[in-house]
Amino acid sequence: MAKADYEVPALRPYPTIPPLKNDSMKGKGPFVSRPEFQEPLGFPGDLPDNWQQAVIDKMGEMLKKYRGLQVFLDSCVKCGACTDKCHYFLGTADPKNMPVARQDLLRQVYRRYFTLGGKLFPSLVGAQDLTREMLDEWHNYYHQCSECRRCSVFCPYGIDTAEITMAAREILDSVGKGQKYSNEIIAKVYKIGNNLGLPPPALRDTLEGLEEDIEAETDVKVRLPIDEEGAEVLLVTPSADFFAEPHVDGLIGYAKVFHQAGISWTLSSHASEAANFGLFIGSYENMRRISQRIREAALDLKVKRIVFGECGHAWRVAYSFLNTLAGPFDFLDPKYPVPQHICEFTYDLLQRNALKLDKTANDDKVITFHDSCNVARASRMGDKPGGQFFIPREVIKASCNHFYDMAEDTIHDVTYCCGGGGGLLTDDLMDVRIKGALPRMEALKQVSEQHGVTHMASICAICKSQFTKVIPYYGFRMDQIVSVHQLVSNAIVLK
Amino acid sequence: MEYLYALLFYVATVIFIGGLAYKVYQYATTPAPLKIPTMPAPLTMSGVVLRLLREVVFFESLFRSNKWIWLFGWMFHIALWLVLFRHLRYFTDSVWLIIVLAQPFGKYAAFAMLAGLGGLFIRRILVERIHYITNPSDYLILALLIVIGASGTMMTFVTHTDIVQLKVFISGLRTFNIQPLPTDIPLLIHLASVFALMIIFPFSKLLHAPGVFFSPSRNQADNTRERRHLASWAAAKFETQS
Repeated sequence: MAKADYEVPALRPYPTIPPLKNDSMKGKGPFVSRPEFQEPLGFPGDLPDNWQQAVIDKMGEMLKKYRGLQVFLDSCVKCGACTDKCHYFLGTADPKNMPVARQDLLRQVYRRYFTLGGKLFPSLVGAQDLTREMLDEWHNYYHQCSECRRCSVFCPYGIDTAEITMAAREILDSVGKGQKYSNEIIAKVYKIGNNLGLPPPALRDTLEGLEEDIEAETDVKVRLPIDEEGAEVLLVTPSADFFAEPHVDGLIGYAKVFHQAGISWTLSSHASEAANFGLFIGSYENMRRISQRIREAALDLKVKRIVFGECGHAWRVAYSFLNTLAGPFDFLDPKYPVPQHICEFTYDLLQRNALKLDKTANDDKVITFHDSCNVARASRMGDKPGGQFFIPREVIKASCNHFYDMAEDTIHDVTYCCGGGGGLLTDDLMDVRIKGALPRMEALKQVSEQHGVTHMASICAICKSQFTKVIPYYGFRMDQIVSVHQLVSNAIVLK
Repeated sequence: MEYLYALLFYVATVIFIGGLAYKVYQYATTPAPLKIPTMPAPLTMSGVVLRLLREVVFFESLFRSNKWIWLFGWMFHIALWLVLFRHLRYFTDSVWLIIVLAQPFGKYAAFAMLAGLGGLFIRRILVERIHYITNPSDYLILALLIVIGASGTMMTFVTHTDIVQLKVFISGLRTFNIQPLPTDIPLLIHLASVFALMIIFPFSKLLHAPGVFFSPSRNQADNTRERRHLASWAAAKFETQS
C-alpha cells in the first residue's frame, strides 16, 4: 500500500488541542466479521430480525453483570476533563473520538431505554432511539478506541471508556455484528492454538532455526524448548515473538536469560499464544476459554512457575484476570507470584547478580522506552505500585549506557497508546492507526532532537508491530523499534 | 402556600432518599467480575480508602486533568458543603457551637459557590469541546444550582426572610404539623428549586455523588496475584462443583 493513501498529520513542536472537525472519521468502520468467525465464539453469524430488542436485552443483561458499566453510564457529568486525553481524538479531531462522546454513543441509548429522564424527555437529556445508523456508529467509533484507559486516569469518577467500548463490542457481537480481525483471530486460537495460526510442527521448526541462529552467532548452545514436561518455567509469549521483527529478538533474549540463569523452561504448543483477544471484544466467556489453555498447559507440563513474555494486553489479562479466569494456581510453586512477567524475572536475576551484562554492546543506540498502555494502567510488576514503570527501565538501563525518557506527560500512567492496540492492529484500520500514533510520534521526535535518541524500546507485541508499520509515515525508520529483551540479548555475556 | 410546600417537601424527600437508596443498593449489589483498578493502585483496602478520600476531598484526578475545571468544580463543591453545613441551624432545635462558628464561612462561601457555577457554565458555552458534549439538561442543572445559590444569597445579604417563622415551619414538618411559611419570593424560589434538585437527583448525572464510591477503577485494591477475585455469576456459570 502506498504511503500517499493516508493523510498523515504533521508533527508539531508544540502540540495543541485540535479544533473539532465534525465527522472527520465517519465511516463504515473495520470489516464486519463473517459467520464462520462468529460461531466458534458463540455469537450469531448475522443480524437477527429482532436485533433492536436483542440489543436492548443484551444491554440490560450486562448492566446487571457489570457494576462498572452501570456506574459509568450513570455518573458522567460531562465536565470535559477527558475531552483532550485520547490519542485518537488528538490525531483525528473527530469529536466522537473524545472519550465522553464515545461513551455517549452507548449512553444515549442507555438513557432512552433504561432511565426515567430518557424515557420521558429524550431530547432534554440527550437520549437517542436505537436505530440502524446508531448501530453502525457504534461499530465505527467503538473500533476507534484502543481500550488504553488513558481517559480513565483523568476522569474524576474513574470512568473507563475501555469498559464502555468492550460492552459495546460485546453487544455488537451478540447481534452478529462482530469485528472480523479480532474474531477471526480468536477462532484461530481455538482451532490451531495461536493468533498467527502457526501449527505445532511449524513452531518446532522455527524454534530449531532460532537455536541454530544463536549458536552461529555466539558459539553457545542456547535452547528454545517446547512441550518439555517437568521444566521449571512455562513461558507464554505472544506468537508474534516467533518470527516478527523486532519481537523475535526479544524471544532470543528470553532464551539467553533462561540459559544464563540455568533455569529450565519450556514453551507449550497448546498455549502457544499469550495474547487474549477475548479482552478486546469484552467477552468474559471467550477470555476465560483462552485463559484456560494456559492452566491446562501448566498442568500437563508439570511446571512450577508461569512467566509471560513481552505483550501488553496479555500481561493485563495475565496479571489482573488470570487468577480469576483460570485460577486457583495452588499447584504451582508458592514462592513465586503467578504469573510473572519476563521483566520481573530478568530484574530479579539482575538483583542477585546472576546475569552479566555488557552495556557497551548497545553503545550504538540511544534508547527511550514506550510504556505500553495495558502494562502501565492495568497491571503491575514487582511488589510496589509503579513497578511496571520502574522494572522495565531498570532492565534497559542495565543493558545500555544511554537512556532518556520521553516528556513526562507522555509516559508512566499517562503514556499514550501506540495507536494499534485493542483489536485495531489491522490493515482495514490503517488510517486511524496512523493518526492515533501522532502523540507518541511527537514525543519521540522531541526526545530524538533533544537527546539524540535513536531507538524506542517496548514490551508489547502490538506496540512493536504497530510502530514498525506506522513510524515510516512520520519519517522514522522501522528498525528504530526494539524489544526490551533484544537489548538484554545484545548485552548478555553468555558462558 | 405552606401546604403546597409541605407536600413538595415530603414528595421530594421520599424521592430523594428512596431513589438514592435504590441506586446505592443497585451499585452495591451489582458484581464487578474483573479487577479493573486504574493502575498504579493501592495494594490494600486502607490504601483504597485513602485514594477515594483524595478523590472526593481534593478531586485529585480532575486536578491532574484540567486546572480550570478543577478550580471551578472544586470551588463549587467545597463551598456547597460549607453552605449546607451552615443550613443545619435551620434543622436542629439547639444550634451546636460548631455550626455557629461555621456561619460566617458558610455565608461567604455562597459567593465562591456561585463563582464556581458561573465558571462551569461559561466554559460549557465557550469551550468548543465541552459545548459539543453538553445536553440541555446539563445547562438546566447548572442553572438550577445557580438559582438556588442566588436566591439563598439574596436572603442572606439583601432581603432577609422571617427566619424564626421558617424554622417553625421546618420543625413542624418533622411532626406533620404544618405551620405558616413566610411568603417572600426569594424563599419560595429557593425552596422550590431545592425540591426540584432533590427530585431529579436519583434520575440524573447527579448520581456521580454515590457513583464515585462504587467506581471499580477507583475502589479496588491491586492484589489479584495474591487473592482470587470471583463474581457470583461467574462462579455459578463456570466453576464446577467439586
